[in-house]
Amino acid sequence: MSEDEENREMIEIFVMGKRYKVPKGLTIMTALEYAGYKYVRGCGCRGGFCGACATIYRTEDEYKFKMDLACQTAVQDGMFLVQLPFVPAVREDFDIEEVDPKENDNVMLDYYSEIARCVSCNTCTKACPQDIEAMDYVQAALRGDVERCADLSFDCIQCGLCSIRCPADIKHYHLAQLARRITGRYIHEHSDELEKRVQEIKNGEYDDKMKEMVEMEMEELKKLYEERDIREEG
Amino acid sequence: MEEGYLYYPGCTLKTKASDYEESAMAVMEALGKPLVEMDDWYCCGAVQSLTEDDIMHQIAPIRTMCCAQEQGEKEVVTLCDMCYNVLKQANERMKEKPDDLETMNEFLTEDPDYLGEVDVHHIFEILRDMKDEIKKKVKKPITDLKIAPYYGCMLLRPDHVAIDDTEDPHIMEGLLEAIGAEVIHNPKRTECCGSYHTVNRSDIVEKRVEDIVSRAVKDGADAIALSCPLCQFNLDFHQRNTEYDIPVFYLTELIALAMGIEVGMEKHKIDPKSLLKDKKILE
Repeated sequence: MSEDEENREMIEIFVMGKRYKVPKGLTIMTALEYAGYKYVRGCGCRGGFCGACATIYRTEDEYKFKMDLACQTAVQDGMFLVQLPFVPAVREDFDIEEVDPKENDNVMLDYYSEIARCVSCNTCTKACPQDIEAMDYVQAALRGDVERCADLSFDCIQCGLCSIRCPADIKHYHLAQLARRITGRYIHEHSDELEKRVQEIKNGEYDDKMKEMVEMEMEELKKLYEERDIREEG
Repeated sequence: MEEGYLYYPGCTLKTKASDYEESAMAVMEALGKPLVEMDDWYCCGAVQSLTEDDIMHQIAPIRTMCCAQEQGEKEVVTLCDMCYNVLKQANERMKEKPDDLETMNEFLTEDPDYLGEVDVHHIFEILRDMKDEIKKKVKKPITDLKIAPYYGCMLLRPDHVAIDDTEDPHIMEGLLEAIGAEVIHNPKRTECCGSYHTVNRSDIVEKRVEDIVSRAVKDGADAIALSCPLCQFNLDFHQRNTEYDIPVFYLTELIALAMGIEVGMEKHKIDPKSLLKDKKILE
């Protein structure tokens, strides 16, 4: 027995059917690394933002599958799991200049017609590691409410678990991205401030400040971040 | 709901059939019983699944019943005939088959159990019961307009969810008389318009539409009145390859006009406004 195993409480997990003993308290991601797996794909930010480490698992006394992000979920004793590094869902091409919802009240249906097959089973919502009301945003898209679809899906990290579970083969996360693009282009007010800031950056007005920060020591940079003032000017 | 009726729109009412929603909401508002849209609702699925063990396709309508229950309501009103038919059939099934209701509730773990106590109504049932109030509110009776009512399938079949006599309905005739229209009896009024064949077998729909419209015109109709958005699309759009071009109204548009309420009628294929101007109903 290794020194580690003597000092820490160990639990048993099954990765793709193979048994491993790993320390309690690790995330699924670190537990897999502990067990000797090396991530080439299926691992991104390690902070719950990128959606690359979708994982599907079952616990010993449960017959239902559960879904989560491997970097955000602690391993449990008797967990059976597998990683899903990529979801090969179809994403439809669109021209952002040709998806005006005021011109076409069924624009979402035109690109993702399979949403009409939604039976409201809510399996997508149950699969979502971000607790997004996925079924509700599909329903919003179905009735032409693009903005609601965009709002409800705002926290989507595109892991694709919803689409894998869907009995109607709906491609939720791509649909939701289209809704957010349309909302940004046609529904939200145009931001003059953004345009102004982009121009300032292009003009090189922040080049010196950027250079200064790049050369800063880590501690100094952290202090700067923590003490920053993000209140609106004026 | 004391101040009005809990209203289930359905997806089509929010897109292609917005003329129907606008006119129905305006009429009910004027009658002092506004339609109040549900806080949450789900697509009904549009076609009732007839497979005995296919509980999956009953989930969406029952989830909507759960939403009504959650809002503390016992009645839901729909405008679309498809939605009415699907919601009504699924709901009746839950009331009649406790085993199915139990199966449903086992699956709907995220919601409180559905108790089967909500009733589904079509707007025409509500309007029928308010006929006297409608008469009182009529400002410009549409006496010069000859209207052929058209029922289609979904309000009358199957028998156990029919809002009127399946073979000889009168609900629309009564309402048309209340607003002063001349009713043209059309024996084709309960025949199918061709429904979803419009997607890939428009030849079938064209034949049905020609049959229905030609009979109405032969008997002197200036226009048709109905409530189903799919029938409206078929009868309106598919007259293009026939010799006919009579407007196809949602009945609520005509009621609104008779009450002196302005309605958009923006999405009609055959422009209804020139007929209404000819008959001095619109200026």
